[in-house]
Amino acid sequence: MRNTNSKSRLNRYTAAYFTNEDDIKASAAEARLRGFQIYDVYSPFPIHGMDEAVGLKRSRITWAAFAGGVTGLLTAVILQVWTSAYDWALNIGGKPFNSPLLFVPVSFELTVLFSGLTSVAVLFLICGLYPFSKRKSFEGVNDDRFVLVLEHAGSSFDPKAADRIFEKYNAEKVIEGDLE
Amino acid sequence: MAVTLEKLDLSRDEIKVRDEVDRITRHPAVSPLRVPLIAGDASYSDVTEDINRIHEGAAGLGWWIALSIALSLLLIGIIAGYLTVTIGIGTWGLNRTIGWAFDITNFVFWIGIGHAGTFISAILYLFNQKWRTSINRSAEAMTLIAVMCAGLFPIIHMGRPWLFYWFLPYPNTRGSLWVNFRSPLLWDFFAISTYFTISLVFWYIGLLPDLATARDRAKVKWRRKLYTILSLGWNGSNRTWSRYETVYGILAALATPLVLSVHSIVSFDFATSLIPGWHSTIFPPYFVAGAVFSGFAMVMTLMILVRKVMHLENYITLDHFEKMCKVTLLTGSIVGLAYMTELFIGFYSGSPNEIFMMMNRLFGPYAWGYWIMFCCNALVPQLFWIKRLRRSIPLIFVLTIFINIGMWFERFVIIMVSLHRDYLPSSWTYYLPSTVEIGLLIGSFGLFFTAFLIFLRLFPIIAVSEVKGVLKYAKH
Repeated sequence: MRNTNSKSRLNRYTAAYFTNEDDIKASAAEARLRGFQIYDVYSPFPIHGMDEAVGLKRSRITWAAFAGGVTGLLTAVILQVWTSAYDWALNIGGKPFNSPLLFVPVSFELTVLFSGLTSVAVLFLICGLYPFSKRKSFEGVNDDRFVLVLEHAGSSFDPKAADRIFEKYNAEKVIEGDLE
Repeated sequence: MAVTLEKLDLSRDEIKVRDEVDRITRHPAVSPLRVPLIAGDASYSDVTEDINRIHEGAAGLGWWIALSIALSLLLIGIIAGYLTVTIGIGTWGLNRTIGWAFDITNFVFWIGIGHAGTFISAILYLFNQKWRTSINRSAEAMTLIAVMCAGLFPIIHMGRPWLFYWFLPYPNTRGSLWVNFRSPLLWDFFAISTYFTISLVFWYIGLLPDLATARDRAKVKWRRKLYTILSLGWNGSNRTWSRYETVYGILAALATPLVLSVHSIVSFDFATSLIPGWHSTIFPPYFVAGAVFSGFAMVMTLMILVRKVMHLENYITLDHFEKMCKVTLLTGSIVGLAYMTELFIGFYSGSPNEIFMMMNRLFGPYAWGYWIMFCCNALVPQLFWIKRLRRSIPLIFVLTIFINIGMWFERFVIIMVSLHRDYLPSSWTYYLPSTVEIGLLIGSFGLFFTAFLIFLRLFPIIAVSEVKGVLKYAKH
């Protein structure tokens, strides 16, 4: 199955299929520690501790959520104060034109709305999720298979060492292919 | 012997790698007290199969019968809505004294129902209650549908529902005449539309991985196409999962205060007025507890039916119902406490208007409504103190229906009793709903069940990927 004289090793990958999350987590951790370049890991559900195993840093989407929230809050406050107290102030029931207390509910709602929508938009953007996407999944990943993909990039890829890791953790099968 | 032969063979680097892998893959402490969340001995692919077959296969006769009943109810609602819009709200039984009647009762009722889903998906998520995975998907769908049902009522109450967009603060040719941001009714508009949007996004985000599963399995063309579009090219990548979980956490953290805010703001519609029985500071917590209470009751009613018809006994177990019953017991007791507090404060206030309102509530023309409400909401859930009753499905079914009825009457009592005899005795009157109003209530149930039945046939009704994540909850 292994094709050693492929045209370019730069965009080749080796993918190993596993049948449970403990095996793939251990093999991903070991592959990383032995200097392999992990392209990605695919699984039917998020695996606890996988980020640490593959050396993934904490996501910074929280900052996007914060920025979205601040934007929402400012939008709400400016909108309410400007429309109620400046642009066309109407006396309704003798309430003060600029009544900060009464602006709290809408400010809160818009903060939540902007923050939530921003974080989801950023998620879609950085993960490349969009309708009509042609991206394919590895077979069975959305069902019960776990796939570890190692890049051949660089000269350090050692197929034998990779096989040893895969074997140690009961890989079901190993395939090779070209990265997109 | 401290050093084994095997260890002597390994180089220092090897030991380092091995220890690090051990550290990363080590399992957290396992409690022998844990009971599996999913009964039976399902594998990951069994879960995929069990849940996806529900919407993939042909719909059973039961589903078609249920759908035709639901559509008939909806038709009644459409006729009533048509009469309301073409003739006007003169077709309703409300009058100058009771300006908010059936319509706003239904609105608050449905909004309350719509609180369980996001409570389950957001608050229970933050509290790490893993049992939520079996029920969150359908509870969230129920939430969305209930909020839609709720939204219709204030819109038709406007009399000219096609102008409902006047609620939006957009520059217009009337001045610009802006909306009144100091009015609780406008807060309501913002609260409910935000709640709907965030709940929808939350539900959709949770659905993404399952849509990819459904896409990979789909055999029918239109389904494959639909799931391909909706799953956005999801491929189960760990990078995506990692960010996905972060966003899920953010949404849960945002939705938690949002859930609490929505019914608080609905309660402001009443609490900021000066009517005895409405003008009360306990309204926000009282309304929120009541909303979660009624929402959970409705979730249980629906789940009992879905579980039975779809054969999901292994996924929605008695333990799930027992836990939901405990939430119902807690929130029902808060509601009961609120009733007592209202009574006490009413009499303790010394205000003649408050005391009159309380006496009127207890013994006036609408006393029947009060006592239905009191028995169903304050007394019935107390049965859930008994463990045997918390685990009896037929009994839970009956009791939750009582709670649903009781919570509808709570809103009826709050609105009708307070309005029908206020400060001006010459305006005192009585109110009974007209046929058109009853038709609208029936129609909203028709809309609710129609949409829920369609949801059952369109999407995985249990969060497949989340259930897989808790499959080994008690094993390891």
